Amino acid sequence: MELINKFSILILPLIITFIFIYGLIKKTKIYESFVDGAKDGINCAVSIIPYLLAIIVAISMLQASGVFEFVSNKFKIVFDALKIPCDIFPLMIIRSLSGSALLGLVSDIADKFGNDAYITKLAAIMAGSSETTFYVISVYFGAVGIKKVRYALICGLFADFVGIVSAIFITNIFFG
Amino acid sequence: MNYIFALLVLISIFFGIINNTLNDVIDSIWLGCKKTLDISLYLIGIMAFWLGVLNIAKKSGLLSLFSKIVTPIIDKIFDELPEKSEIQGNIALNFSANFLGLANAATPFGIAAIKKMQDINVDKTSASNSMCMLLAMNTAGFQLIPATIIAILAANGFKNPQVIILPTFIVTFIAFVSSIIFSKVMQKIYKKQQINENIIKQYDNSEVKKIWN
Repeated sequence: MELINKFSILILPLIITFIFIYGLIKKTKIYESFVDGAKDGINCAVSIIPYLLAIIVAISMLQASGVFEFVSNKFKIVFDALKIPCDIFPLMIIRSLSGSALLGLVSDIADKFGNDAYITKLAAIMAGSSETTFYVISVYFGAVGIKKVRYALICGLFADFVGIVSAIFITNIFFG
Repeated sequence: MNYIFALLVLISIFFGIINNTLNDVIDSIWLGCKKTLDISLYLIGIMAFWLGVLNIAKKSGLLSLFSKIVTPIIDKIFDELPEKSEIQGNIALNFSANFLGLANAATPFGIAAIKKMQDINVDKTSASNSMCMLLAMNTAGFQLIPATIIAILAANGFKNPQVIILPTFIVTFIAFVSSIIFSKVMQKIYKKQQINENIIKQYDNSEVKKIWN
């Protein structure tokens, strides 16, 4: 663990140092290259803003509307039947939508049920294995102006679904 | 994306009326706008920095060298990339950064890759197979250590949060592999997206290749 921590702290400085030293050896105009690249980066980031705005506003509206609580109550019977704690449901949905809200939910569950609870571990594993699919899609496709996403969203949601199911399964094996 | 956007907004307003939370829903629009700008400002800085560093690697030939090493693996997953280009290097950097949990470095590398993919795409508003595959790799959330979650657990007084590392890794690995397979399958089912063979040929004769040989 200690070793892994040290490694993850060192990896960034190492990459940057290596790129700079290699550039110097090859007599690259490091400063000009950096500034040129950074200029592209700024233009690109600015062009993503409208796409981000659409998705972030929509998701923030969805969270405020209380639809998650509504659906979560409806699904209670199904969850009980499958022996999955019902309180995990909002987390299953949020993990594809918003990173910060997800961290909040994990924290809430840990507070409510205690650290040794099965649901806390399930929540942590489910959250740790997630990626905010909608955000990723709007950033990447926003950067190149793609409007028809074809099967990218279905594929992302499929990965989320597989993640949820295997999180339940694996948590059961490890801590059940 | 049309229907999804409309659906999200309309469902929110509908449930806002039912649950009597319409005021909250409207307030959340302005909060969402503010949040977008916060994220965008951060994104502008991060993207500028990393694409700056990436450009040094590109100009010095390091990126091409790296591409050469990873091409055999990347080309197994992506099947319509130009040979010996920088795309493979960008994809590998994107993957490695994600894997190591360096999310803010991963995005700029991924964007650099998708921009190159757009060059060889014919219909510029529609995603190519390679783009969908890149997204499949990115949305699966494959990473070695879920550092943020561990930090949150630790902050909550969880005794040894590292117990979740192995199970989480197994879960993301399963999701990652199935996402790639699923994307490959969908690629066959969906109507074919044209890619520009001429530009791919140009790539092979470009300066990139000169650095190569």
